Amino acid sequence: MKHIKTINKANLKAA
Amino acid sequence: MIHKYKLAGYNIVLDVNSGGVHVVDDLTYDILDNIEPPFNDKCPENVIEKLLKFYKKEDIESCYDEVIELYTEKILFSDDDYEKYAKFSVSSPVKAMCLHIAHDCNLRCKYCFASTGDFGGGRKLMSFETGKKAIDFLLEKSADRENLELDFFGGEPLMNFDVVKQIVEYARSKESEYKKRFRFTITTNGMLLNDSNTEFINKEMSNVVLSVDGRREVNDKVRKRVDGTGCYDTIMPKFKALVDARGDKDYYVRGTFTKYNLDFSEDVFSLYEAGFDQISVEPVVCDQCEPYAITEGELPQIFKEYEKLSQRILDLEKTGKKFNFFHFMLDLDQGPCAIKRLRGCGSGNEYVAITPDGDIYPCHQFVGNPDFKMGNLDDGTFDLEMKETFAGANIYTKPECKKCWAKFYCSGGCNANNYQYAGDIHNAHKLSCQLQKKRLECAIMLKAAKIDNINDFN
Repeated sequence: MKHIKTINKANLKAA
Repeated sequence: MIHKYKLAGYNIVLDVNSGGVHVVDDLTYDILDNIEPPFNDKCPENVIEKLLKFYKKEDIESCYDEVIELYTEKILFSDDDYEKYAKFSVSSPVKAMCLHIAHDCNLRCKYCFASTGDFGGGRKLMSFETGKKAIDFLLEKSADRENLELDFFGGEPLMNFDVVKQIVEYARSKESEYKKRFRFTITTNGMLLNDSNTEFINKEMSNVVLSVDGRREVNDKVRKRVDGTGCYDTIMPKFKALVDARGDKDYYVRGTFTKYNLDFSEDVFSLYEAGFDQISVEPVVCDQCEPYAITEGELPQIFKEYEKLSQRILDLEKTGKKFNFFHFMLDLDQGPCAIKRLRGCGSGNEYVAITPDGDIYPCHQFVGNPDFKMGNLDDGTFDLEMKETFAGANIYTKPECKKCWAKFYCSGGCNANNYQYAGDIHNAHKLSCQLQKKRLECAIMLKAAKIDNINDFN
């Protein structure tokens, strides 16, 4: 990717 | 839904529903203002035309292709399909309890939400008998939950420390019989700390919260003894001794900032320089007419101060040193599941508070409000209808939260603050929301800034 860097797993999709 | 912002030289895009965090170049940041699903295979001509003043055509097209790729991977502009999980917001076993061991205090802090310790109901201490009943209640109501949490709270818990020790001993004696593990915490102003109770606390308490506001002059302006003098010089050596003897067990030095110290990054660093590395300094939440109250008017200055604090933390970490700031702590990879994020803290459902009289409330912040009394340990009452109401509260039953980009990090805010300052547990307390969102932006930026060459797009 030249324009966008994703920095985490993005796996949210569930005291 | 996406949320994008610029901070400290970074362009950050949060994909709300996947949790994806993207650091992007200026072109991507601008193109995202002009496109949204459903997408065409090629970048629309009007978008290219608009951006040609600033970027090359081939760059615009390749950027658009990257956006489409992430959209296809469902980590950009991903759908909100979580509402179906809100049905999991049902009544649950009680697994955590705030034990108001003392409705009395030896300080008279001006901003105290507990009316300087007695929660408006007269100064009193919890008896061991009431404490035992509270433990029995928790054992009974916790069903199959193995890990139980008990917070010793006040007022000032050290004013009733013999009962604290008795309750810990009683709870420990029940662990094997009930196949439970108790995790104790205690919150103290430190005035009565000594070698003996420090040793007990460090042995038995999984977490200790030590109350101090930062710089001496800031702390002593609001955290005063009964005779009106400050407490800083008394408590700080005791806190340091406790933490030094604590090893790697959890603790926090925890302060409150008010209108009097909007330069609170100085207080955070004052605590760091005093030798503490687990620090929380939090905004006062109170009636807007109080002279120390934070209002909408202070927000721009507070936002700048959070930015300043995050930059100072970055600068410190470049020297190889660090500390944890509670409200900037964020796990972008291994945080809690989405169901937990929907439901929030669990007050009134998984978590209750018990007063010295054995009254049951949804949490420590509701104590003293007769409308939220859930029952009593002596007469065996426990309002299951109110428990259901709290169990059902989630980000999809809170209209403002449902459409907010921060919902999976804030989880609908504090029910008590929502009720007290916005009239209903389902109404967002806007001032808290704005502060929370700013802290989240700083926390996400701090994560991005720690990645080598993250801003190198050449």
